[in-house]
Amino acid sequence: MSSFTPFQSIAATRRLLRSKEISPVELLEGLEQRIASVDSSIGAYIARDLEIAKKEAATADLSKPLGGIPIGIKDAISVAGQPLQSASRILDGYTAPYDATAIARLRSAGAIPFGRMNMDEFAMGSSTENSAFHPTRNPWDLNRIPGGSSGGSAAAVASGTALATLGSDTGGSIRQPAALCGCVGLKPTYGRVSRYGLIAFASSLDQIGPLTSTVEDSGILLNAMAGKDPHDSTSLELPDEDFTAEIGRDLKGLRVGVPKEYFVDGIEPGVRSSVDAAIQQLVSLGAEPVEISLPHTEYAVAVYYIIATAEASANLARFDGVRYGRRSPEAKDLLSLYEKTRAEGFGREVKRRIILGTYVLSSGYYDAYYLRAQKVRTLIRRDFDQAFTKVDAIVSPTSPETAFRLGEKTDDPLKMYLADIFTIATNLAGICGLSLPCGFSNRDGVDLPVGLQLLGRPFGESRLLRIGHAYEQATEWHKRRPGQIS
Amino acid sequence: MSTEAPHHTIDVPYLARLARLEVTPEEIEIFGPQLGRILDHVEQMNKLDITGIEPTAHAITVFDVIRGDSVTESLPKKMIVENAPHNANGLFVVPKVLD
Repeated sequence: MSSFTPFQSIAATRRLLRSKEISPVELLEGLEQRIASVDSSIGAYIARDLEIAKKEAATADLSKPLGGIPIGIKDAISVAGQPLQSASRILDGYTAPYDATAIARLRSAGAIPFGRMNMDEFAMGSSTENSAFHPTRNPWDLNRIPGGSSGGSAAAVASGTALATLGSDTGGSIRQPAALCGCVGLKPTYGRVSRYGLIAFASSLDQIGPLTSTVEDSGILLNAMAGKDPHDSTSLELPDEDFTAEIGRDLKGLRVGVPKEYFVDGIEPGVRSSVDAAIQQLVSLGAEPVEISLPHTEYAVAVYYIIATAEASANLARFDGVRYGRRSPEAKDLLSLYEKTRAEGFGREVKRRIILGTYVLSSGYYDAYYLRAQKVRTLIRRDFDQAFTKVDAIVSPTSPETAFRLGEKTDDPLKMYLADIFTIATNLAGICGLSLPCGFSNRDGVDLPVGLQLLGRPFGESRLLRIGHAYEQATEWHKRRPGQIS
Repeated sequence: MSTEAPHHTIDVPYLARLARLEVTPEEIEIFGPQLGRILDHVEQMNKLDITGIEPTAHAITVFDVIRGDSVTESLPKKMIVENAPHNANGLFVVPKVLD
């Protein structure tokens, strides 16, 4: 029997489990020890239930694709019998009554949900500073944010306290933290993974996806989760697909689009140089670069913050102090019960977005904001449709900058929103996106990870994973570990 | 944060009332200019000619999805009601609505 080693991939861990070099219970205990020694300085976890996980590990079926593999779950995804809060006080005391479909599918593939990962409240944020529990710190520099909203999910993978985690991506919430923490994050095509059991933020944009230490692992997890679900009418019936099938093939004949609108002034120099070098690497692996244009890119943030807040203001109406979570003890009548419960339960960013969403949907403003945004969304989607007639994938930085300092942007929401410029259009267009490590940028004497974003046409995940894997195997970035944690 | 006053003004107390959200005077003070600046940014959409463009509600086209008209199992009532902050006899308890 060997002991647990942090930073092992799912694929490698699976081999160790099957050859009985480590048992599923030993794996969990090792992981718990790692969390206990490291996570007090990171804060990736909100909570975890070791006893339940150990019971599941004791009976794990190792013949299954994910048999005995523990997966950390973002606090927005329902795990039956476990507390679920979307990192919000308004859901104090709530227990998920059922498994999200993504969780049920992971379980039937043998995986063990273990741990609730920290996040921005209701997935609203790019830094995980909006959690009602605690901020999460970037493993590469503890004074910096891990990105968000799936910041806990990314920081855990990057600090070796989880083999892999689930996140959700509404405007970059998987890819941006993956980039800032130096791990892999995959946002599947809208409709690929059921949203049933995911606490809704913006229903036309939300998608569950994996955060992993290797590109292959993302494919392994997507294999387990993808598919039509009668509980989510937006999930799609598609032929069965092995998302790892193209992995290992070379890049000859593939065309990668370089959108000129994504390579503009204002990108951190260390990000720009890393991404430029990554494109050269893809070319040396056989890919052909093609300059493309996505002319409506500059409107993406505006469109997103209308559509996402409009949908959020409707989705969050259900948190009213009646059916779940907390209720204000100050309430005197039904109206004050709603108003006070929501005032006490929601954090500032959530309130801000509810008010903005209410405004853009309100009488007299609907056409000027919401309807117009939906029309510009059509133009953004067409940009991608046109681009994908010429190229197999689009390459860009995931984020214009590396991890910023805690507190740096909390007073200026617009500045925070503009940092999402490269990830947001993906969700508006419904296409798939992958972020993977492509270098480091030195800020204040510390090397911080840079993420390379690959975007694919709808249902083109296999192709993205092939390109990502080929790049990963040709580089060493994914093997570097943060030095500030033991 | 920019100190210049935004062009857009937004009636925070009115919208908060529509959203059934109590806001403090401090929040009104903070949210007003912040949301005004966000609306200033959003205004750039007006540069675009959108004549004849259909709106997109969902990026991936899904046509009407209809399930069979058959009874299926629901979640256990007890489990649902017990998640409510106040419940009794298998029901949600709320303040009196009618006098």
